[in-house]
Amino acid sequence: MKFFCLILPLLLTACDNLDHQPRDDHYKRTSLFADGKVLQSPPPGTVGRDDLALEAALTTRPPLTQALLERGRERYDIYCSVCHDFSGYGQGTVPSRGFPHPPSFHIPRLRAAPPAYFVDVITHGHGVMYSYADRVAPADRWAIAAYIRALQVSQDTSVTALSDEERTKLEAAHDQ
Amino acid sequence: MPQIFTASADTRLRAIALILAAGILGGGMFIGGYMNSTYTTRIGWVQNQPVPFSHEHHVGGLGIDCRYCHTAVETSARAGLPPTHICMTCHSQIWTGAPALEPVRQSLASDKPLEWNRVARVPDYVFFNHSIHINRGVPCVECHGRVDQMPLMMQAKPFQMQWCLDCHRDPAPHLRPPDQVTRLDWTQWEADKDHEVYGKLMVKAFGIEPKHLDSCNICHR
Ligand code: HEC
Ligand code: HEC
Ligand code: HEC
Ligand code: HEC
Ligand code: HEC
Ligand code: HEC
Repeated sequence: MKFFCLILPLLLTACDNLDHQPRDDHYKRTSLFADGKVLQSPPPGTVGRDDLALEAALTTRPPLTQALLERGRERYDIYCSVCHDFSGYGQGTVPSRGFPHPPSFHIPRLRAAPPAYFVDVITHGHGVMYSYADRVAPADRWAIAAYIRALQVSQDTSVTALSDEERTKLEAAHDQ
Repeated sequence: MPQIFTASADTRLRAIALILAAGILGGGMFIGGYMNSTYTTRIGWVQNQPVPFSHEHHVGGLGIDCRYCHTAVETSARAGLPPTHICMTCHSQIWTGAPALEPVRQSLASDKPLEWNRVARVPDYVFFNHSIHINRGVPCVECHGRVDQMPLMMQAKPFQMQWCLDCHRDPAPHLRPPDQVTRLDWTQWEADKDHEVYGKLMVKAFGIEPKHLDSCNICHR
């Protein structure tokens, strides 16, 4: 039996028809649809089953929690930091190669903007910045907005306002 | 009674036995070599692409996270190849006249997707799923290598059964914090002695059972 199992793969090496099965996989070409794509986009006007829930998530601001901020940080670092940089000054790597510089999040106008404004910019884009609605789910947009607010506070807080413990932590991080 | 075997029979028998032995050994070595050759494993091979897209530039140089483009990798079986408009989030403003990007602009204008030639692929009879690996903290680099050093995407690991099984039978040393799966350089992390037990603890925490992970029906369903 062991021997059979051992030679089975050898016998099968020539069978390419299992390797490329006649089924319509992702990314493949198909004759089923006029445009030849297996991955079809939904027809215009389609209402998805979870669209209502997504819509609701977009209009209601979730409660602020540590988990929300951490999720926001992760999503911000993935989708926004290449342009807005990790602290939100708009000095990311992509603007340094010629993309228009985004405004800093630490200017008075954006500091005064409510979280819903950031959610709106992610959803609809702004000027030359494209919409990120296809990549950032509604709940994550609120998480990013919350994290941007945290970034703004972090850049606008005097050292004297920190507790002793926080100050030692800051100095330790600075020395590294 | 006449002799059945001539005087040379013994020599001939030995010669035949020797040739047979050499044949089996040689054949085995040939097949072994073939199975491990880059011809079958495809390690280091690149494909012609419609656009010379460079992970070295975009990931290594610009520091773009994998998930900016491979958006489905955390939630679905497939990582997803980026639709043209993701390229356009940047290339609507930079390198707008570059000839190298002509196919991208054409793809956007005609609403026809770019046709990438696949590099990392398993045969159709193998079931693979990204999300489970990502959620358990198997980093991209374990399976796709240092893509930040690849001017053109190439196969980095042999996607053979033995390779999948080697990890499935002992996943602990390969596990990393799930929130850093797209990190590519782990030398500093690995140098830290405290991290030696990390994998073992995570195998327990996630309830991963290596005994169950090498059953045929996990990957052939
Ligand atoms: C490809 C680069 C790029 C990325 C990635 C990017 N942005 Fe922007 N962003 C810009 C640019 C450029 C502007 C300025 C647009 C303009 O004024 O035309 C901008 C503007 C903004 C503004 C300010 C709008 C105003 O009122 O001035 C906000 C808020 C913002 N972006 C949030 C985000 C968030 C959140 C993300 C991540 C989901 C993100 N951006 C990702 C380039 C980018
Ligand atoms: C987040 C921004 C961003 C995205 C998204 C992006 N690029 Fe680029 N790309 C750049 C920048 C910036 C450069 C210039 C690199 C440099 O100057 O080092 C570049 C350069 C290029 C080049 C020129 C050759 C080279 O590598 O230097 C090609 C080709 C290219 N990109 C293709 C693509 C394709 C195809 C996509 C979509 C899958 C894409 N890019 C998505 C920012 C981006
Ligand atoms: C700017 C967008 C972008 C980013 C960021 C990016 N990729 Fe890609 N990736 C692509 C494109 C476009 C292709 C298809 C062309 C090719 O194979 O080079 C691709 C192809 C691949 C492939 C081969 C798929 C196949 O079967 O042909 C792998 C593996 C891959 N990427 C892994 C990664 C990893 C890992 C990262 C993060 C470290 C990453 N990519 C970051 C755009 C991107
Ligand atoms: C456990 C190994 C493993 C890990 C970890 C892994 N991949 Fe893959 N990847 C594969 C295999 C195997 C395939 C081929 C799948 C197929 O042919 O169906 C693949 C295919 C791909 C493809 C091709 C297209 C697609 O949609 O599947 C891309 C892109 C990709 N991987 C990106 C990534 C990124 C980005 C990460 C990290 C976030 C990652 N992979 C982590 C094993 C892995
Ligand atoms: C570097 C380690 C590693 C490699 C390489 C690897 N895997 Fe996995 N795989 C894992 C881990 C860890 C899990 C999660 C197991 C769990 O949570 O029970 C997993 C789970 C899976 C599952 C889901 C199992 C289930 O319970 O449904 C499939 C399917 C799978 N792997 C297929 C593959 C295939 C096919 C390959 C080779 C192309 C491969 N894996 C390579 C580590 C790996
Ligand atoms: C962790 C995933 C995994 C498990 C578990 C697994 N396989 Fe495979 N198997 C693969 C992959 C990946 C390939 C494709 C190898 C290649 O392309 O060279 C493969 C290929 C094969 C082939 C064809 C080999 C060839 O060269 O064409 C056979 C036969 C096979 N497996 C049998 C089995 C049997 C029997 C078991 C159970 C004892 C099993 N597999 C368990 C991943 C797995």
